[in-house]
Amino acid sequence: MAKAVLVDITRCIGCRSCQVACKEWHNLPATHTIMTGEYTNPQNLSAECYTLIDFLDQGKGNVPAWYFVKHQCLHCKDPACVSACPVGALQKMKDGPVVYDQWRCIGCRYCMVACPFHIPKYEWDTTNPWIQKCDFCADRIEMGLKPMCVTACPRDVMYFDDYEKVVAEAKKRINKEPGKYVNHIYGLDEAGGTSWIYISDVPFEKLGFNEKVIKKPYPSFTWKNDLSTVLWEEVGLLAILAGIAYFRNRTSSKEGKNG
Amino acid sequence: MDNSMVIKQKFFTPRTYILLILGIIGILTMIYRLAVGLGPTTNLSDTHPWGLWIAFDVMTGVALAAGGFTVTFAAYIANWKKYKPIARAATLTAFLGYLLVVIGLFMDIGKPFAFWHPFFLWNPHSVMFEIIICVTLYTTVLTLEFLPWLLERLNVLTGIRDFLEQKTVVFFLVILGIMLSYGHQSSLGGLFLIDPDKLHPLWYSHIMHHLFFLSAICAGISMVSIETIISANLRKVEYEFEVLQGLARGAAIALLVYFVIRFLDIGIHGKLHFIFQWSKYSILFLIEMGLCVLVSMIFLSCRTIQRSVPSLLVFHSLVIFGVILNRFDVVFLTESNMGRGFYFPSWQEIAITLGLISIGLFLYKLIVTYLPIFDVPSDQVA
Repeated sequence: MAKAVLVDITRCIGCRSCQVACKEWHNLPATHTIMTGEYTNPQNLSAECYTLIDFLDQGKGNVPAWYFVKHQCLHCKDPACVSACPVGALQKMKDGPVVYDQWRCIGCRYCMVACPFHIPKYEWDTTNPWIQKCDFCADRIEMGLKPMCVTACPRDVMYFDDYEKVVAEAKKRINKEPGKYVNHIYGLDEAGGTSWIYISDVPFEKLGFNEKVIKKPYPSFTWKNDLSTVLWEEVGLLAILAGIAYFRNRTSSKEGKNG
Repeated sequence: MDNSMVIKQKFFTPRTYILLILGIIGILTMIYRLAVGLGPTTNLSDTHPWGLWIAFDVMTGVALAAGGFTVTFAAYIANWKKYKPIARAATLTAFLGYLLVVIGLFMDIGKPFAFWHPFFLWNPHSVMFEIIICVTLYTTVLTLEFLPWLLERLNVLTGIRDFLEQKTVVFFLVILGIMLSYGHQSSLGGLFLIDPDKLHPLWYSHIMHHLFFLSAICAGISMVSIETIISANLRKVEYEFEVLQGLARGAAIALLVYFVIRFLDIGIHGKLHFIFQWSKYSILFLIEMGLCVLVSMIFLSCRTIQRSVPSLLVFHSLVIFGVILNRFDVVFLTESNMGRGFYFPSWQEIAITLGLISIGLFLYKLIVTYLPIFDVPSDQVA
């Protein structure tokens, strides 16, 4: 059964327990950060940071209104990165996680260019670099546990369950308090649907979500337009070339063998 | 030594030494890059995962080497005899070009010594997979096309040479080469089909893979023209105006086809208003399509231009510049939407790129000097 997570942005208090728990479970080193005047820390997802709380002030004038948005891989149902990888190093598992196999990877970084959510990050400073990103704690899910960030959260921001139940829960919460929530479940249709979905009480574009994401599975853009027909195009091309070659070289072969 | 040279001219000139020095600097930088990894040697980052090596060494390199399959099509498939004298040179350029592309790709991938994985771990849904397979196979085809000339010079393995120079084998390789070129030239554009929300609408198109193929043909013809002029200069022989005129006409036709299809595509999808917004994008687009495509197309189709070597050099260079600009625009405009961050290549990236170009030019000069590339008796051209 495919698992999913609902992130209720209204509940997050920005304690960053999830960030810390994630680092612990995945044994990731601390990122050296500097003072920037912003509260988001570290600034971006990176090879050593799979999940991040983005601190956003949506207040007007002197009245602050803080929003805390959790970023991590959304684990698309039909992921762009999985279709992009030439060697199948990224795979979508039945449980829902999109996982990475460093033994297959050649380091072409096309997954980074392909991902509509800019999630895969690279280990630039090693001679055997890996792609790094949230793996939905695939190992924990296999053991029947919740992902580490979900477990660590003190405010029940994330609801982890089977995909259908999670979507039903999101709809239930929006219907229960229509005045509170924006009527949009981010990730329900974005990029053809993702395993992590979000609900919020402010429009998603104000919270830094990519609203330009197309509501179709991304692999279809390369498959339908290009790859699915390329073999037939090649067959057609072969026929045309063979035809032209035959007709254009007919006379010269009659003339002699030098043509 | 002298009598073994095809071109009776001094090989080591000051220019050759400069190429040699740049090539050696490039090779040393490559060794350094392999030893320490991408981080210390490049300015690539999570917001700019692809840089100069992909945009220039691979994307542009492949496009500029398209002269190989274009000219072999004209000379063998279409049997236009006037192009036969330049078929070898065009094939040689493509062979060297792809050799450098493969080295550039080897430098760029994070795990260079895993380069063989795609041959065993297939993902037919990946455009990158198709590119890697087609580029490798096409490089093999080009090697087989080049090999007979080397064997002819060395006068060894005549059995293999005779086999490779059989008419059926030559035609098989030429047709296979065109098919493989179609496969990966287009797929280099196909890579970005998956970025509809990142790439600017003036460049993103559902047919951008076909546009890449068409623009590569333009670039290929222009490269071959420039090469024909320069090599005539080098050999101190008269310019073959019949060939140059044909190439200029061919380039103009290819540019016209590209121009019409791209504009129709932009028009059909209602994106014409982006062109005259006078933003960064519209100016880049106007340079690309207006100056490099439209202006070159008009001038290259003029008979007076077709007979003037300096003008030909200018307008063919403009076409090549346009294709370089197009590839850079596609790569870097896509990445400009991947987050805050600035990219300018590091000196190591530039040194390796310059090194690769220099190695290519050096090998080209070496090969045309010692191998039968030019002035081949017409009965020896298969």
